[in-house]
Amino acid sequence: MTNSSNDRVEKVVIVGSGPAGYTAALYTARAELEPLVIEGAIDGGGALMKTTEVENFPGFPEGIMGPALMENMRAQAERFGARFVTDDAVSVDLTAQPKTVTLDDGTTYRAEAVIVATGSAYRYLGIEREQDLLGRGVSACATCDGFFFKGREIAVVGGGDTALEEATFLTRFADKVTLIHRRDTLRASKIMQERARQDPKISYAWNSEVVEIKGDGVVSGLVLRDSKTGELRDLDVSGLFVAIGHDPRSGLVAGQLDLDPEGYVLVKHPTTATNIDGVFACGDVVDHVYRQAITAAGSGCAAALDAERWLAARGEAAVPPETELTVVGAH
Amino acid sequence: MGNATKATTDATFAQDVLQSEKPVLVDFWAEWCGPCKMVSPVLEEIAAEHADKITVVKLNIDENPETARAYQVMSIPTMSVFVGGQVDKSIVGAKPKAALIRDLENYL
Repeated sequence: MTNSSNDRVEKVVIVGSGPAGYTAALYTARAELEPLVIEGAIDGGGALMKTTEVENFPGFPEGIMGPALMENMRAQAERFGARFVTDDAVSVDLTAQPKTVTLDDGTTYRAEAVIVATGSAYRYLGIEREQDLLGRGVSACATCDGFFFKGREIAVVGGGDTALEEATFLTRFADKVTLIHRRDTLRASKIMQERARQDPKISYAWNSEVVEIKGDGVVSGLVLRDSKTGELRDLDVSGLFVAIGHDPRSGLVAGQLDLDPEGYVLVKHPTTATNIDGVFACGDVVDHVYRQAITAAGSGCAAALDAERWLAARGEAAVPPETELTVVGAH
Repeated sequence: MGNATKATTDATFAQDVLQSEKPVLVDFWAEWCGPCKMVSPVLEEIAAEHADKITVVKLNIDENPETARAYQVMSIPTMSVFVGGQVDKSIVGAKPKAALIRDLENYL
């Protein structure tokens, strides 16, 4: 995992590697910009790496496994010349000329254009002990951890498609799955709701919120509060899967790029241009309306085309002459 | 499997891990676990670079459910450091190399 020479100024660096990042990589590669993709030390492939069948990405009438789809996207970008670094970006300076992206191992890359495609992260309840018990009964990933709950009774909290998908998946292992939702209607798609309704292993705790996670070292139960009456009750479960949504991963660019009140990166719609010239953003770090793999991929394409046109307008079609060799932060 | 880490099993766990004089990091993993595969090469590197201080062994939980159950593994990858036959520290979830080194600095 050694890093290439960092005296070079990249034409475009892409931070992130889900459908948005890989599609941006594909298009910039085909534009012969030799994009460098910072794909993450362990998060490469993005959110779909933690799902099983993807049935709603167009082009796959029989569905495709999430990791397989991401593998294909990566390979396709690589075929046209995209280069990948399996490390995390820990800081960026987007106001610098050229812009810089610094990785966890200390290497700094310089770039004319940067495409931010860092996606989103699981949202947690934020109640006491939730983080302590992560991996010890609390999880945000059914495909990752469902295996460990064979024959058990568990709970999923959430009301959208993710929560229903998680609950449905978990019935492969658990004996009983209780879906906890703070209202009495779900916002999930009709088909997901119907599947869950027909599943005898899934029961519902409506108008309920988790106020406490019980257990010494591992989860042993929950305390729920009725959101209408305030009444408390116990739910004996050995696992809690949190599926209440995602928060944008914009920490890297906060303070440099303009964000909306919830932390999503603002772009000059319908383009992917941010408030900084030469910086473009796409995927779930921007979008909190649609958040689908296909919309992320579409915005990744748009970001690539925006970056390409921006570079061309600056006359950056050719590789700029190297200035003095400045090795920044190499170890 | 690389050179620096070796596989342990339910049958050999006591010998490989509990009776070891050096700290042993046990990597609980499975074939179907994507993050486990990301972490595997990192552990290889750590094992090679710090062989004098710590031993790294891998336990496939599908093949060795007893040990996984005995140590209440509920998510993988779980990396547990055993010292003197007891779990001294447990790291749950895949992490990049730099973060793992920081987590393990007491042993390295």
